[in-house]
Amino acid sequence: MTWTWFHRLGSPPYVYRLAGRLTPWFGWSAGVLILAGLVGGLVLAPPDYQQGDGFRIIYVHAPTAWLSLMIYTWMGVAAAVGLIWRIKVSHAVAAACAPVGASFTAVALATGSLFGKPMWGTWWVWTPRLTSELLLLFLYMGYMGLRASFDDTQRADRASAVLAVVGIVNVPIVHYSVVWWNDLHQASSLSLAGKDTIATSMLVPLLVSLLGFTLYFGAIVLVRLRGEILRRERATDWIREALA
Amino acid sequence: MSPPPATLTAPLMAARLVITRDLMLAFRRPEQLLQPLAFFVLVTMLFPLSVSPERTTLRVIAPGVLWVAALLAALLALDFLFRDDAQDGTLEQYALSGQSLTWLLLGKTAAHWVLTGVPLSVMAPLMGYTLGVPASASVGIMLTVALGSLALSFIGSIGAALTLGARRGGVLLAILILPLAAPILIFGSRATELAIRGEAYLAPMELLGAIVVLSFTLAPLAAAAAVRISLE
Amino acid sequence: MMIQFHSLAQFLAMGKYGAYVWPSYGLTLLVVGLNITWARGLLRQAQLEARRRLAMQAQRA
Repeated sequence: MTWTWFHRLGSPPYVYRLAGRLTPWFGWSAGVLILAGLVGGLVLAPPDYQQGDGFRIIYVHAPTAWLSLMIYTWMGVAAAVGLIWRIKVSHAVAAACAPVGASFTAVALATGSLFGKPMWGTWWVWTPRLTSELLLLFLYMGYMGLRASFDDTQRADRASAVLAVVGIVNVPIVHYSVVWWNDLHQASSLSLAGKDTIATSMLVPLLVSLLGFTLYFGAIVLVRLRGEILRRERATDWIREALA
Repeated sequence: MSPPPATLTAPLMAARLVITRDLMLAFRRPEQLLQPLAFFVLVTMLFPLSVSPERTTLRVIAPGVLWVAALLAALLALDFLFRDDAQDGTLEQYALSGQSLTWLLLGKTAAHWVLTGVPLSVMAPLMGYTLGVPASASVGIMLTVALGSLALSFIGSIGAALTLGARRGGVLLAILILPLAAPILIFGSRATELAIRGEAYLAPMELLGAIVVLSFTLAPLAAAAAVRISLE
Repeated sequence: MMIQFHSLAQFLAMGKYGAYVWPSYGLTLLVVGLNITWARGLLRQAQLEARRRLAMQAQRA
C-alpha cells in the first residue's frame, strides 16, 4: 500500500496535480503563522534583559537561518534520491529548492549582520558559524551555476545532484559549529531533548514563526516544482489536460 | 605459477597501471608540470609587491600566502587531471572497461598529486624563505603542504569531473571547489603556522589527515559518478 | 501577553535598535514577497511554453 503511494510520487502528472492542490493550504497557513509569529515577536514578547528590543531581530533571523539549512538538506536528499533511483521528479524538487535556499541564506547572513552590529560591535566576524554559513551560500551558488552550465536538463540534473550530495557535509558543520568550537555566535537556545533556555513568552512567537516559514518554503517549492516538471516533460497528453 | 585471484587484486592492479601510465605520460610533457609551479611562485611574489617587502610583515602573513597560492595553483592544475583523457576517449574506455571506475580514478588522482602536490610542497619552503620564514621550518612546511595538497587533489577531482562537460568550466570549477576546500585551507595554514613558529603541529595535521582519509575514500566514488554523467 | 510598546514612536524606535530591527524585517519580508512572485512567474512561463509546444505539435499533426 505504501509502495503505490511512493510510486505515484514519481509520476510527474500526479505530482503536478497534487502540488497544485496542496499549494493554497501551505500558502495560507504559512501566511497566518508568519503574521502571528512576527506580530507576536515585534509587539507581544517582552524585551530581552541584555539585548533590549534589538533581540526581536531573532524572529526573522532564526527562521531564515533555519530555512537556509533545511532547504539544503531537502535539496541534498532529493538530489540523492534522484541520482540513486533515477526519479526525474526528485531532480525537479532539488532544482526548485536551490534559488529559495540561496536567497534565504543571503537574508540569514544579512539579518545576522544587522543583529551582530549592535550586539557584538561588528558587522562580520570570521567564526566557524558565520564562515560555514557563508560557505553554504557559495554551495548554493555553485549548484545553480553548475546547473546553468549544462544545456541538457538531464545532465544538469545529475551533475548538480552529485555536487548537492557532496555539499551536504556542510550542513552539520554549520549546525554544530557553535557546539564544537568557541564561537561568538550564541549556542542554540532551543533543544529537542533538553530544557530550553529561553522564556516562554519569547519562545512561542519564535516557534510559530519557524513553523510558518517552513510551511511557506513548502508552498514556494510546490509552485516552482510544477514549473520544473512542465519543463522536463515531453509527453503531451497529460499536459494538455492539466493546462486546460 | 598461477595468477593471483582476480577479484581481490584487480582494482588495485588496475589503479597501479593507471598511475604508471599517467606518470609516464606526464614526464613526456614536462611543461604541464612546470606551469602550476610557476603560477605558485608568481602568486607568492605578488604579496611582497602589494603588501609590504618588510620581512617581519611577510613572516606574519606567510602561512596564509603560501596556502592561498598553493590552493590556486592546485586549482589550475586540476584542469589537466581529466582533460587529455576525456578528449582522446581514454576516460570513456576506463568507464566501459568493466574495471572499477572508482579505483581507476583513485589512481589518476594519486598520480596527479605526485605530479602537482609534491612539487608544490617542495617549492613551498623555498618561497617561504623569500617571505621571511626561517629555513628550519622547511620540513614542517613540506609535510603540511604535502598532506593538504593530497586532500585538495581528491576533493578537486570531484569538481573536475563535474565540470568536464560544462562550458566555461574553469571559473565554475573554482567556485565549486573553494567552499569545499576551505577546511583544508584552515587546518593546513594553521599547521604551517605552527611549523613556522617551531611549535608542535601534530594536532592540525591529524585533522588534515582525517580529511585526507575521508576524501580519498569518498571522493573517487563521487568523481566516478560525475565522470559517468559527463560522458553520457 | 500584552503589547510591549506605549506609543508608535516607541515602537518605531525599538529601544535604540530601530535602525537594525526594521531593515531586518524589511529585507526578510521583501525576499519573502520576491520569492512568491518569482516562483509564480516561473510557473506561468513554463505553462505558456508548454501551451506553445502543444500548439506547434497540433499544427504539425
